[in-house]
Amino acid sequence: MHPIRKQRLIVVLIIVAGSSLAAFFIINALQQNLNLFYEPSKIVNGEAPTDRQIRLGGMVAEGSLKRQANSLTVNFIITDFAANVVVEYTGILPDMFAENAGTVVTGFLSESGIFFAGQVLAKHDENYMPPEVAAALESATLSSARPGN
Amino acid sequence: MIPEFGHFALLLCLPMAVVMAIVPLMGVATNNFLWMQYASKLAGMLWLLLLFAFISLTHSFLISDFSVNLVALHSNTALPWYFKFSAVWGNHEGSLLLWVFILASWTLAVAVASRSIPLVMKARVLSVLAMISVGFLAFIIFTSNPFERSMLMTAVEGNDLNPLLQDIGLIIHPPMLYIGYVGFSVAFAFAIAALLEGRFDADWARWTRPWTNIAWAFLTVGIALGSWWAYYELGWGGWWFWDPVENASLMPWLAGAALVHSLSATEKRGVFKSWTILLALLAFSLSLLGTFLVRSGILVSVHAFASDPERGLFILAFLFVVIGGSLLLYAIRAPVMKGGTPYALVSRENFLLINNVFFSVALTVVLLGTLFPLISTALDLGSYSVGAPYFNAMFVPLGLLMVFVMGFAPFISWKKLSVLKSQFRSWSICLALAVILSLSVIRWLSHQYSVDFNYFALLIVGLSLWLILTTFAHALSRLTANDMTLQAFAQLSLSYYGMVIAHTGLAVMVFGIGLTSIYEAQKDVRMGVNDSVAIHSYRYQLRGIETVKAANYDATRAVVDVYHNVTDTGSHLITTLYPEKRFYRASRNVMTEAGIDASLTRDLYIALGEQLEPGTWAVRVHIKPFVRCIWLGALFVAIGAVLAVFDKRYARKRKAIETRPLTTLRNH
Repeated sequence: MHPIRKQRLIVVLIIVAGSSLAAFFIINALQQNLNLFYEPSKIVNGEAPTDRQIRLGGMVAEGSLKRQANSLTVNFIITDFAANVVVEYTGILPDMFAENAGTVVTGFLSESGIFFAGQVLAKHDENYMPPEVAAALESATLSSARPGN
Repeated sequence: MIPEFGHFALLLCLPMAVVMAIVPLMGVATNNFLWMQYASKLAGMLWLLLLFAFISLTHSFLISDFSVNLVALHSNTALPWYFKFSAVWGNHEGSLLLWVFILASWTLAVAVASRSIPLVMKARVLSVLAMISVGFLAFIIFTSNPFERSMLMTAVEGNDLNPLLQDIGLIIHPPMLYIGYVGFSVAFAFAIAALLEGRFDADWARWTRPWTNIAWAFLTVGIALGSWWAYYELGWGGWWFWDPVENASLMPWLAGAALVHSLSATEKRGVFKSWTILLALLAFSLSLLGTFLVRSGILVSVHAFASDPERGLFILAFLFVVIGGSLLLYAIRAPVMKGGTPYALVSRENFLLINNVFFSVALTVVLLGTLFPLISTALDLGSYSVGAPYFNAMFVPLGLLMVFVMGFAPFISWKKLSVLKSQFRSWSICLALAVILSLSVIRWLSHQYSVDFNYFALLIVGLSLWLILTTFAHALSRLTANDMTLQAFAQLSLSYYGMVIAHTGLAVMVFGIGLTSIYEAQKDVRMGVNDSVAIHSYRYQLRGIETVKAANYDATRAVVDVYHNVTDTGSHLITTLYPEKRFYRASRNVMTEAGIDASLTRDLYIALGEQLEPGTWAVRVHIKPFVRCIWLGALFVAIGAVLAVFDKRYARKRKAIETRPLTTLRNH
């Protein structure tokens, strides 16, 4: 074979082999680490899986934040004003976390309906609302405003 | 009046940039030297006008002129002057003004420093840079005017700068990052000019290389600063979160890393020409994509200042024009390119190719992980997020494999490897040394922190030491090849030393990442006064809590003594840390200031969570072994990249061409 052709063939083979191997691993890893977002209404309706990590977002209900004595475990309710989900989290809450403020938590939903959060996110400043929370609240307000709902 | 003058200067820039985008290109088309030369003059004028606009805005911030809306919203009379200064780019409009000012500075630098480049090429490069300026100037002027006056004049003290941004790291992080981002526009402009002219030779690569290296070095420092800032200000001890905004800056960095290496192959051997051009287009496109992601407000992030759909749409449209246009041009012109000389399977050419495969795969990983959630949301397939484990699962094996291959790279010669016994000997010695050294490091660490021997840590430390040892072994062999004299030191090129330093830097970084990730310890605990918490062989004791009043915030400050247990002799006090919880009065924001005792081998870290009951706090404590190596390594990488720019061969050729008469220049 012509040396330049041979060289090109090698280059192409390296690229094809490398990229297909990479694509396999990437898709595999991606599949295992996708966390789907759910609103409280969907969780209460039983639409969320309990066997994989998911995200839940909404407002922290007023008066719902309770701290267990002698530990760092907290309970609070995330609401979209149509449904409520009880969340349990052990650890330090972010600075911007507060009642009547938006939050997104990542973790597992238990069979009993309590959401065990491994991570709690709160907005970075006063004027900022996570878009997913805003959308969740909006759709919940719309559906609850509908008569007979 | 000064803001109005600044605004006027900004407005003047737009028509000037339009002229600069068109006239030099017309000069090229009609072979009019005068028109081509306008490019440099216009670049100077554009820079002066933008400098004036930038100074005007800075002035408004420094004197707290709250009649300017932006100042009222993002500054405060109680801020110290340096935060008033950094508040200029601590917001959407101001940061864009900084962006175009930096673009103008790069353009001016190209105009001044590229005397060696043929006028035709230079005119085209400057025109392309001006086109990019037109896009961003239009963006600022039509959607994000920083000089807008406030109609109400209600602000007395100002709204304050986001407390997260009131930090020394944030004064320098954005400019560094922007210099890097925007710097890729120069490589982009050179690539477009090459495509227009149909000229892809070693000269082209030699002109492009220094600019790319400098931009990439700044980006490296910018990202490292961002990581460092997140570590002590935001992250509760984390230094990288695979947050979409971080990814947005990592993508152009990865493309830039590939470009820096493929440019060297193109310059030295004339290979990978079309690939190099594509990478240059890609690096800047990814910078723009990053800007779009961060500035459009579609991401939840501290960087997303404003979510204005109109702005997002503008950048998206600009992105399509730039990427679509450049790829179209590439598709039309790239087939003209001819390959270089042939090379064997085991050759530096192929090693550089492997390097590029590594970086491209890494880039794909990040791109997919960052864009997938956005695409699935846009297509209504559900709102996903991609967890950090995805990125880690991909980057760890990829990075380690790359470090292993990198150890061989300097020994492999161009064209074909001439296998020498001495090389095999060097590799075996390095391997043996790496194994012995890493074994002792890990045993010492296991003892130090009283944890089990960790084989994964052994692998990571072994590989990073392997890279350092082989790199130095090669340098040593080059030095001793012609006697180890001072002359030998001088004979090696600066770009070679740059490679040695940058590769060592990467090894130091991998070393730090590995040891921090594996040996770090973290505890979240309740602490009252006189309570203590043991972590590894350290003990943190809360001595007291006091209140502090500063100019623009009130703080609760804990006084925490840290003791180190030394086997039998008991514990002794090492340091006292003062973590704070700050309440910023103007913005009513709460902020956490960690208490950190930093050293090369470990950081002691403590942060206050929230007050659980009077006198009792939720507290997070960390031990972070070798975390400083991450940023130190990144700094080495940047220094290496800059050092290569000062290589004699870039300067020497410059002089050679300067003395050449004008008539020999290529023109059409």
